This record gives sequence, C-alpha cells and structure tokens, in this order.
Amino acid sequence: MKKKVLAAILAASMVALTACGAAAPAAPAAEAPAATEEAAPAEEAAPAEEAAPAEEASAEEAPAEEAAGGAIKVGFAQVGHESDWRTASTKSCQDVFSAENGYDLSFVDCDNDEAAQKEAVRSFIEQGVDYIIIDPIIATGWDTVLTECEDAGIPVIVIDRTIDDSDKYVSWVGSDFLTEGKAAGEWLKAYADAQGIKEINALIIQGTIGSSAQIGRTDGFNEVAKREGWTVLDQQTGDFTEAGGQEVMESFCKSYAGKFNVVVCENDNEAFGAMTAMDNAGVTYGPGNDVILISYDACTAGLKDVKAGKITADFECNPLAAPTVEGVIKQLEAGETPEKQILVPDNWYALKDQIVDFSVDGNAQKMIEVTDEVIEAQY
Amino acid sequence: MKAWNKIKNWPLLLPVLALILVMAVNIIHDAATGVNPMSFFAVSLRDTTTNGTILYGRIIDIINRGSEVAILAIGMTLVVSASAGTDISVGSVMSLCASFMCMNLAGYGVSSTTTLAKPLIVGLLAAVLMGVVCGAFNGTLVAHLSIQPMVATLILYSAARAIGLLLCNDLIVYVRNPSFAFIGAFCGPIPTPIIITIVCIIIVSIVLRKTALGMYIQSVGINAKASRIAGLNSKLLIFLAYMLCGIFAAIAGIVASSRITSADSNNIGLYLEMDAILSVALGGNSLGGGKFNLAGSIIGAYTIQAITTTLYALGVSSIQAPVYKAIIVIIIVVIEAPPFKAFIRRFNAQRAAKGVKA
Repeated sequence: MKKKVLAAILAASMVALTACGAAAPAAPAAEAPAATEEAAPAEEAAPAEEAAPAEEASAEEAPAEEAAGGAIKVGFAQVGHESDWRTASTKSCQDVFSAENGYDLSFVDCDNDEAAQKEAVRSFIEQGVDYIIIDPIIATGWDTVLTECEDAGIPVIVIDRTIDDSDKYVSWVGSDFLTEGKAAGEWLKAYADAQGIKEINALIIQGTIGSSAQIGRTDGFNEVAKREGWTVLDQQTGDFTEAGGQEVMESFCKSYAGKFNVVVCENDNEAFGAMTAMDNAGVTYGPGNDVILISYDACTAGLKDVKAGKITADFECNPLAAPTVEGVIKQLEAGETPEKQILVPDNWYALKDQIVDFSVDGNAQKMIEVTDEVIEAQY
Repeated sequence: MKAWNKIKNWPLLLPVLALILVMAVNIIHDAATGVNPMSFFAVSLRDTTTNGTILYGRIIDIINRGSEVAILAIGMTLVVSASAGTDISVGSVMSLCASFMCMNLAGYGVSSTTTLAKPLIVGLLAAVLMGVVCGAFNGTLVAHLSIQPMVATLILYSAARAIGLLLCNDLIVYVRNPSFAFIGAFCGPIPTPIIITIVCIIIVSIVLRKTALGMYIQSVGINAKASRIAGLNSKLLIFLAYMLCGIFAAIAGIVASSRITSADSNNIGLYLEMDAILSVALGGNSLGGGKFNLAGSIIGAYTIQAITTTLYALGVSSIQAPVYKAIIVIIIVVIEAPPFKAFIRRFNAQRAAKGVKA
C-alpha cells in the first residue's frame, strides 16, 4: 500500500516535472537522478504512451475480442539456460506473459553471449515492442543500447543481474546479491560458533566473472570473512556450470588437500560438480562431515541435496521476478512511476540442526527448514 | 651423435618439448614454494565412497580432462589434412549430440530423471547417428558444393547448439543414472574417458596404418586435382574426413555429457573447436592441409589441458588465466614456426662452420 502511495506521489511529481520541462535539473539533489531518468523516457515516450494506454484500456475492457490486437508486446532477452535457476526464471516469465494474460512475449535465449543479447534488444526495438525486459549477462557496456531504447520510447525493465554503467531503465527487479553473500557469511559465523569450529579455511568457486551475482556473492562473503579473520585459500571461477565446478574442485582437492573445511559454490550447479569432485577425492561434505558446503540459488535439485545432508546451507536467489515485473508494467500502463529498485524476497534454507539465528546488517534473519513439502513447493 | 640426429629429426620433437615446457613450470613452481617438486606428477590410489579405489593425481586429471579435446583433435587432424580447412562446428555438434542423446534417454520434455526411458545403447547410437548426420552435412557442403570449409561449418557452428536447445525443450536435461554416469566416471581405477580416448586412437591408428586411407587423405590434401587424376575419389575422401570428424565430435559429446550426467547445451563443448584446432597446430601440423601427424595433434591436445590444469595448480586468478594461456601458446607457436626453425638451423650451421674453422 505504501509503495502505491509513494508511486502515486512520484507519478504526480513527474507529471509536474515534465510539464515544467526545464525544472528537472533544479530538483533536490537526492531526487535528482531518479527524477531526471524517469522524466526523460516519459517525455520521449509521451505520444506513444498516451496513445497506447487508450488502446490498452479498451483492450482490457474487452479482452476476449481484441486479445490479439491489443496484446501488450513484451521482449525478454534472457541470459541463457545455464542452470535450473535460469530455467525457473524463464518459465516464470513465459507463464506470466502468456497470451491468455493479454501479452505477446518475444523470448530470446542469448546463450550467455553478451553481443547476442544487445542484438536481441535491438531487434526488439525494430519489432516495436511495448516493453523490454533484460537480464544483463554482464553489468557494463549498456549505455548505447539503452539510449537506443530510450530514443524509441520503449521502457526497459532490468531483472536479476544489474546494469552498472547506465540508468536509462525504468526499474530493476531482483535479489540483492550482496545481502545473499553476507547472509552466507553471517550464517557460517553463527554456525561455526555453535559447533565450536575455531578456524575457517574457505575455498570459493565463483560464478561467471563480472556477473553481478558473482560480484555480490563474493564481496558479501569476503566482507564477513575479512571481519572474522577467516582464511580464503583460493577463489576460481566455475562459470556457474556443473562441469566448471567439477574441474575447479578437482584441482582444489589436490592443491589444498586436508587444508580446507568450507567450500562456497556460487550456484547449485557448481555445487553438484564440486560434490562429484569431492566424492572422487575421498573428501566428505555436508552436515557433520569434514567440509561445510555452502551453495546459492536453492533450486529444487539443490534443496533435495540439502535434504539428503549433502549441502549444509543453501541461500536462495528468488527467480520468480516475472509477477513483480508485471506489476511494474501495469503501473506504467496506468501512467504511474514504479520504484527504481524492487527487491524480490529471498529465503535461506538448511536442515533443522543447521538452522542458527543470525543477522545481516542488524536485521535478524529467519531460516527455513527443508522438508519434502518445501521441496515440493519450490519452483 | 647419430642418436642425437635421430632425435633432432623426430617430427614429434617440438610438440613433446612444448608439453615438457608446460610441465616444467609446475616443477619450478613446486620447488619454489617448498613442496616436493615431483608432487605434480605423483599418482596414488584413493578410496572413495562412490567409485571404489581410483587413480588420483594431477597427471590423471590432465589425461582425463583432456579426453574431449584429444578425441576432437583426431577428427580435426583428418579434416585439416584432407581439405586444408578447419571444422569449426565440432563444439556445437558435441552439444547437439549430447542433447539428442539425453533427450532419448530421458524422454522429450523431461528435465530430470534417474531412470532411463530407453536402453543406454539407444542413446549412445542416437548421439553417434547425429554426429554422422552433422558430419555428412558439413562434408557435402565442402566436398560436393566446394564451399570454403570455414563458411560451410559456420552454419552448424551457430545452428547446432540452438537445435540442441529445441530438442531439450530449452532445459538442462539431467539423466542422473549410474549406468550413464559410468562413461564419464571410472572403469575400475581408471577414468573411463581415458579408456575411450585410447580406444579411439588405437582404432584410427590401425585404420590409417593398415589401409591406405591415411595416405589417400594426405594425397588429396596435398593436391586434390592430381589425386583425382591419379584415380582417387577426392570428393568421397573429403566427405569421409568430415563425417569421421562428426563421429568423433559425437563421442566427445557423450563423454562431456556423461561427466555432468546432463545435457547442458549452452556449455558442452563451448570454445572446444578452438582448442581442437590449436592442438592440431601445436602438434606441428600445417593448417594448409596435406601431411599430418596424428600423434602430434594428440600431444597438442594434452598440452592445452596441461596449461589449464597448471593454471589451476598455480592458483592463477580466473580473471588473468586467459592472459597466461595466451602467453604460453604464443611461445609454443613461435618455437614451432618455420622461420624460427630456419633461424635455429642457420644459427647451428654458423656455429658448426666456426667450429670447423677453429
């Protein structure tokens, strides 16, 4: 409710700003970035936007008759399908932006190729879609493409990963990776204290270098590690894949034989690979064994491994952003201004004995015990 | 002296030297950090809960992980020799074959299974069949339509991965079945991929030595027109080379997919075509076609894996690893470059001449 009121106020102020035009730069410093960004696309898009809602409004009144003509065209440039998490994210989008719901979705799987992704966005502009959703493969190099979107008057919604070098998008919807990394670190601290583990020697299998998930999770965990004086023996990338996790862990087992007691994998698929490698090296892992295995994403298969006592704790990154994105699109359709940053809530998972109380940045965290029902309910 | 001359003229001298060079880096590093200098080469037996007693050590890792590139290098060597061109589609074809196999093993649209929908052999044959189809497609374009090899194989390079995606319904298909995992795991104490690679190498070597196929392919590569006039079916031979390359890509795909017991069409075989081409070049083979040395290509493949494993062992940060890899490759390629070899020969000759004068 609060968000809606805030959005309404912002929308009102934006109308005022666009009306004055030149008044934008004079806005108070704190509001300035948000106001100017949002004012710009609104100005550019004004004719199209004004025309579109009118059409859409009639379409909404008579969805059955005009479903095809009045459907909202949405272009979605997905990263690829490298993990279960990604598959869940794709599926969520396809379910929400279905023809039955009054959408016409153009979906492009970019196969982890950043050039292909920018091409996909350009093709969306050519197709004249109403909204573009991007899950950026890497965080930089977006300004030119986003400017093209802006010139075409198409609002861009960024999901999951972030864009660092441009702010020409309406909203970012996703999880806070830094908090995920910190949560993993703080949990480990609390768990080690509870278990009486004095020394932490950690190995980190990172995600694709440069992706915001990798940066946030690595930084968040390392921040806690530095504060607590833990040793991070090594960190190498497994590219978020099972094969990568396997090969990196295989090497770690040889380089640091008997020296590590914590392995952090930055997604579940890397954890699957790391488990195979540790099996083949005779290293035991999971609750009560030599190595504490921490993973991120908490997809169904990951949670099954938590339940089986293999992964000690799994930190979710909620892939179901699509319903929130739909909310943003509805707001835009109604002429409102959505918030710049919208967080999708994450959960932390472990078995009963591994659940400890901890807090991140002063906020107490609640962990969820993995049961068959929880696995069933997970995407 | 005679023995020295023999070694000097040994065609595998430079590829072997390159491999030793990479290994030496590890010995120096271990010695410098106070570890037993031979620890990199230590092989031991280790008990595991999942696979029984297995061989354990970095050398095993290199030979094991290098399997896919070594298998691809066999096919690539034949293609390079016969057509003076490269097949850049092998990585994507690997992925497509793996996807087709897992689709058969799991059933269409199933994303995760522990039981096989069809017998394992059906899946394996499906993968090889797909490899034959892809190879035949490339072969037809190159041999019969005379399209430049790189352009012809560019089609499957970009399309095969996408076809794999369609077959797998845009999912990673998990086939968590022990009989399937066996191919990428261990056969007794030895990693199965090593055995598969050795079998592939032995079969190809026998065929090339016992039949005239090897000589025919080289002859077509040196001069296709002259070979045809001499009575060889050049087109058929080039076609065969591409088809074999497709089959080996399929085998590599089976191994890669079985290692992770899933078909990850985005990542299986990613950039491996480049590694395969590089191993052919590192093996001292001319990319201009003609004479080839299979053993050289295979040593080249293991050299590439040795570089990767070395970088892991040295703890080189993932961000910088490609730079070091590039530096090592540049050194090796320069050592093997003909002008550099000629320079060394001249240098040696001058020294010999001086020696005579003195």
